Amino acid sequence: MRAKGTLREFRVIGRKMPTENEPETPLYRMRIFAPDAVVAKSRFWYFLRQLRKFKKTTGEIVSVEEIKERKPLQIKNFGIWLRYDSRSGTHNMYREYRDLTVSGAITQCYRDMGARHRARAHSIQIIRCEPVAASKCRRPLVQQMHDSKIKFPLPCRVQKQGGRLVKANRPGTYFQ
Amino acid sequence: LIHFYKREMPFKKFVEIGRVAMLNQGPDAGKIAAIVNVIDQNRVLIDGPTSGVLRQAYPIKQLHLTPLRVKFAFNAKTKVVRKEMESEKVQESWDSSNWAKRMALKSKRDGLNDFDRFKLRKAKSARNKIVAKALNTKKRQLRKAGKI
Repeated sequence: MRAKGTLREFRVIGRKMPTENEPETPLYRMRIFAPDAVVAKSRFWYFLRQLRKFKKTTGEIVSVEEIKERKPLQIKNFGIWLRYDSRSGTHNMYREYRDLTVSGAITQCYRDMGARHRARAHSIQIIRCEPVAASKCRRPLVQQMHDSKIKFPLPCRVQKQGGRLVKANRPGTYFQ
Repeated sequence: LIHFYKREMPFKKFVEIGRVAMLNQGPDAGKIAAIVNVIDQNRVLIDGPTSGVLRQAYPIKQLHLTPLRVKFAFNAKTKVVRKEMESEKVQESWDSSNWAKRMALKSKRDGLNDFDRFKLRKAKSARNKIVAKALNTKKRQLRKAGKI
């Protein structure tokens, strides 16, 4: 998968094709984070193949729905449990991100994993993503934002040069 | 005597709940909004009901903090933010501030057409003539009196 842009959350429901022996097959639902519905379906089959004994050729996708965030203006702390392949093995991880939406947090996670561990999107499997109460957060980077009277200055503001290679005057960093 | 010197912070404006900031980029550029909460190191949740800015996440790098500040609790509803901003008359103090006036003037200057630029030139020239005339008569007087 290429984690292009902001990922979106999809609810994909699929089942094995019914046969004479098994006319009613159970439905399986997955919460997939993908850039679009096409990749979501693909990822659904990727995971389902690993978990159950049917695949795209022997099954069908019943529905693909994009799930919008219920409260997109509420800041939440997301705990993400994931599994990824490093160069020498595969590991589990728990990471925390602060964001407004689940998709935003998952997108942050993919970018962060790429940055910190050079993990490509295809080697990351999101196991679980839940909003976590502030008291249960474990990561200090997230905990430091849990302050009802949070206050900090902007000490060093670096401004882009606007495409210019050379500046006439020495740039300053103190401006609010 | 023991002097307790108050530690002076060189910073006067902070990213804090209730700080009014001006948005620098995007479709709402130039408008003011209040900081409702801090998401993380780079983003804040802002809300500007008096200037038509919807509640949204906004990057700190694109904010310009103003000296104005409003008091409300973190994650306050838009209704509460609007009430506080209106009672503190934030929009009026912003509009009457030199900063906002300079911005308005700059945008006006940028939007001049050729005829306006001609009129501006003529007006400037007329004003400068009056100023120069007054200055030179004053200079001549002082020179005659030997003062300069």
